[in-house]
Amino acid sequence: MSEIDDQALDAYIRATAAALGIPLDEAWMPAIRANLAASLKIAGAVAEFELADDAEPAPVFEA
Amino acid sequence: MEPFSTAAEIADAIAQGRTSAAVVTEAALARIEKQDGVLNAFTTVTAERARAKARAIDAARAAGQPLGPLAGVPFAVKNLFDVAGIPTRAGSKINRDRAPAAADAPLIERLEGAGAVLLGALNMGEYAYDFTGENVHDGPSRNPHDTGRMTGGSSGGSGGAVAGGLVPIALGSDTNGSIRVPSSFCGLVGLKPTYGRLTRARTFPFVASLDHLGPLARSTRDLALAYDAMQGPDAEDPVCTTRAPEPVLPSLGAGIGGLRIAVAGGYFERGAGAEALPALATVAKALGADERIEIPEAARARAAAFVITTSEGGALHLDRLRTRAQDFDPATRDRLISGAMIPGALVVKAQKFRRWYREQVLKLFERYDAILAPATPMTAPKLGQQTMMLEGGEVPLRANIGIYTQPISFIGLPVACVPVPLRPLPMGVQIIAAPWREDIALRIAHYLEVQQVVKAPRPPL
Repeated sequence: MSEIDDQALDAYIRATAAALGIPLDEAWMPAIRANLAASLKIAGAVAEFELADDAEPAPVFEA
Repeated sequence: MEPFSTAAEIADAIAQGRTSAAVVTEAALARIEKQDGVLNAFTTVTAERARAKARAIDAARAAGQPLGPLAGVPFAVKNLFDVAGIPTRAGSKINRDRAPAAADAPLIERLEGAGAVLLGALNMGEYAYDFTGENVHDGPSRNPHDTGRMTGGSSGGSGGAVAGGLVPIALGSDTNGSIRVPSSFCGLVGLKPTYGRLTRARTFPFVASLDHLGPLARSTRDLALAYDAMQGPDAEDPVCTTRAPEPVLPSLGAGIGGLRIAVAGGYFERGAGAEALPALATVAKALGADERIEIPEAARARAAAFVITTSEGGALHLDRLRTRAQDFDPATRDRLISGAMIPGALVVKAQKFRRWYREQVLKLFERYDAILAPATPMTAPKLGQQTMMLEGGEVPLRANIGIYTQPISFIGLPVACVPVPLRPLPMGVQIIAAPWREDIALRIAHYLEVQQVVKAPRPPL
């Protein structure tokens, strides 16, 4: 996964916050951006792991 | 009884009539009064309730009724457990506005059913999203071994209360390490059981996929007594196993004969501070465990646990983030907001990886009964500390506290965390067993304790 630049991340944060109905205080933006950037980088290790299409998720639902 | 008497000693003394539940309870309440101002382990002390329960235990004994295995033993619980009459705080300011809990959590009911006496609710990191035991609303839990240092978290008060001799048993929760980290930093034995072993009903959650509940104590026998009393199905918790209780006490003293024990290398050797690997080596040597194995993709497991945690945590708190964002610890708030923004496809992938990883790791348990790993990279850091020194230089501290615990809780393996009494600060080691084999983990822990290789050190209070 490629890294997103700060501007794009901020736009993503604002759009997603609006979609989720979370009121954003501008003062929080640097910390949210830093956390999200770090999280996406960590998530990259998960994203790049190859699994077959029929790989099952861990949780199993019972009707 | 003296302050650091074990639960087993207390129960025995009361059963034999050498002391009473009332005396033990008053002594514990007095110790809390005297020392908790510094330790800050308790957020609520349920003194009248405790006194009433102690009276009931003493009356039962006087009437010749049978006493439970924990009769008269004081205990306390992380403040995410429902305690009747108290709003379930979960380390937050927001939850103080909740209605008081209508009833105790089942794990409290079960410990009290065994005769134990609840003394109160314990401090924790806000909403359990924490490895330090610090709390912006309730103040930090302080480590009894050095009150300028962290207890670790998120079960900070659980660690502090037991290590400080306020109670012999405390309950905590562990999602990515929150029982094992304070056990390591505070020099305690801690049990994170198999995922689904102990009912989570009537506790405030964090990450449904990963939350576990469990006990902390100063002796393996106490841990076993508490754990056995708490086991059993619970229809109120859909995740709780329907397996019948499998008591561990009967096999606690069975020794390690015939057990195949390996040491986790690779990932679990990287990023260690000065004490972690020597503590591990001490335990490995005492167990004759000389085979080193690699837990495959442990780093990726930690990453996947992180993704699931931050996403489910953010989702859980969405309404509160919408309406009361300013009432969170800012550090928690910002992590939860960003967690709620993780793309769903990555969370789905993390759960699929989890099944793959579980399958790989369970293969190791075909060859071994237990695997050893360090509990934390460092001993208890100073309160407020932000970085630590490793070989390569200075690294962020808080993000790294859970590196050894996370890949294990990710797939719900049972872990007994045991304290190696290094000076000046103790260091924990994880004894990891196959699912449902808490008996093996505790049996090994008990052996180490008998050999005096592990020990909950007394603090200089």
